[in-house]
Amino acid sequence: MAIYRVGDGMDLVLESQSPTVLAIGAGTGRTGLIWNLDYWQDMTRTLSLVLTSSVIALVIGIPLGILMAKSNVAQTIIQPILDFMQTMPAFVYLIPAVAFFGIGTVPGVISSLIFAMPPVVRMTNLGIRQVPSDLIEAADSYGSTSWQKLVKVQLPLARKTIMSGVNQTLMLALSMVVTASMIGAMGLGTDVYFAVGRNEAGSGFTAGLAVVIIAIILDRITQLVNKPEH
Amino acid sequence: MEKVKVEHLTKIFGGHNKQVRSMIEAGKSKAEILKATGSTVGVSDISFDVQSGEIFVIMGLSGSGKSTLIRMINRLIEPTAGKIAIDGEDLTQLDKKQLREVRRHKMSMVFQQFALFPQRTILDNAAYGLEIQGVGKEERYAKANKALDRVGLNGYADQYPDQLSGGMQQRVGLARALANDADILLMDEAFSALDPLNRKDMQDELLELQADLHKTIIFISHDLNEALRIGNRIMIMRDGRLVQIGTPEEILTAPANDYVERFIEDVDRTKVITVGSVMIRPYTVNVDTDGPRLALRRMRDNEVSTLFVINNRRELVGFIEARDTVKLIEDDHDRSVRSIKSIVNPDVKTTTVDTPINSIIDEISSISAPLGVLDDQQRLIGVVIRGAVLAAIAGD
Repeated sequence: MAIYRVGDGMDLVLESQSPTVLAIGAGTGRTGLIWNLDYWQDMTRTLSLVLTSSVIALVIGIPLGILMAKSNVAQTIIQPILDFMQTMPAFVYLIPAVAFFGIGTVPGVISSLIFAMPPVVRMTNLGIRQVPSDLIEAADSYGSTSWQKLVKVQLPLARKTIMSGVNQTLMLALSMVVTASMIGAMGLGTDVYFAVGRNEAGSGFTAGLAVVIIAIILDRITQLVNKPEH
Repeated sequence: MEKVKVEHLTKIFGGHNKQVRSMIEAGKSKAEILKATGSTVGVSDISFDVQSGEIFVIMGLSGSGKSTLIRMINRLIEPTAGKIAIDGEDLTQLDKKQLREVRRHKMSMVFQQFALFPQRTILDNAAYGLEIQGVGKEERYAKANKALDRVGLNGYADQYPDQLSGGMQQRVGLARALANDADILLMDEAFSALDPLNRKDMQDELLELQADLHKTIIFISHDLNEALRIGNRIMIMRDGRLVQIGTPEEILTAPANDYVERFIEDVDRTKVITVGSVMIRPYTVNVDTDGPRLALRRMRDNEVSTLFVINNRRELVGFIEARDTVKLIEDDHDRSVRSIKSIVNPDVKTTTVDTPINSIIDEISSISAPLGVLDDQQRLIGVVIRGAVLAAIAGD
């Protein structure tokens, strides 16, 4: 199972590192807190779940968004599917994921992936379609191929919009952590889930806090990429 | 030599092509066709040719189809019917790849809103056309720099478009077109977004460049003054139809119909140009301090036969003429006359700075003396002479 291996591999990498590696540029205080609360291992599992599902969502989502932007037919077909994916309660995705992949991290990744993918598809489509028409005309009038137009004009100009889609996708994947823990995707979500079951407000909050810290770090990293060039 | 030949070019937006075309042939108007079929006629059955090295201006108001027409010449908009031949090669028959080659090597376009790529430097913008042709970095930068030099933008290569003013951005647009070294320039209202002074500068520059480069330029404009200034020939369009093709002289002297005539009337120079732009510095003599000999000397020095007479407060009193002054001096045997008061003619015609010159034409053609220009405190600030008014009307 390729996805499983990717997730597992990332797990290993993160678990073998000291907290300071992740702390570079992200604020030692915050990750230090996670370490202190004894959530480091759970955090690495959560992070690997989030990153794995996000990366796969982006790898599928961005090309899909480009396809949508380039073809009106594709847009008409994909749009309702995205609506469906986003409005269907996330719990529902757990059922087929478990049916196909059993209990564990893999179905967690699959359901997070489905839930988190729509924003990046939509934003890629929107970003490319929002490129001013006279710039497209300029690119065409100088004899650009479709690929040249995409790479030299459309994607650079859509970058900000696409990056906010990437950001949204990461955040949504993170928000699936607790839901995914119900089907055995271990991590911070599991701590929250158990805390709810045992009525332990304290440990629920601390685990939740660890999720928030990851969210803030991921959010700041994606925003860093999005800062203006000149 | 014919560079571009357009035959029966038609563009219909919204389908029903057959029906619409038969209605066009039957001479139905754009509005009638829209009502009957729901389709808009962008351009209807236009034929013209452009000679090599010519500036061909396509003129019309918004909605006349001129932008659609220029976009059909490089097939940014697909024609519904008709032919476009460049150097004898029919563009409408080309496949995507051949069309790309034509766009890369035969024509370049300049856009109304500049259409520069905001994330690229000025140099990379100018080099865009070469970059997509796969020209190596060194060669394309050398050519792009040369093109930027031509439009007076050396030193701006590393800036970004949003750091430049509108006029400079359009120079980059022009440089991008020149860097490709294509024979044909398509300029879509290229100077319309600029302020009047910048627009005039750019027109001058385009004419200078053209004197050097001998490109074939198809220029879209909604401004007849611009068309008259830069066009070797002008084509006037209305509602997608061709109204008249001719040299500026032909358009002005033999307008094809009422529509063109109204156009020409609208740009009547005498209504637009004011006294302020044709007045010159006045030659004056002060009635309170200056005598006849000084006045005569000043006339000789400046080679004029009349001088305006002002007082100490620079208010206009009248004018004196050379022969009266000479007579005054000759009659003055004992050299006792110190003043010119006796020969001042108070009957002087005046006007103000913002009067359009059409309202002073009658006056200036009936009197021989120049017209004084006064400010609101009745002080003399300039004069209008007949020659300057005529030159302004002629458009120099």
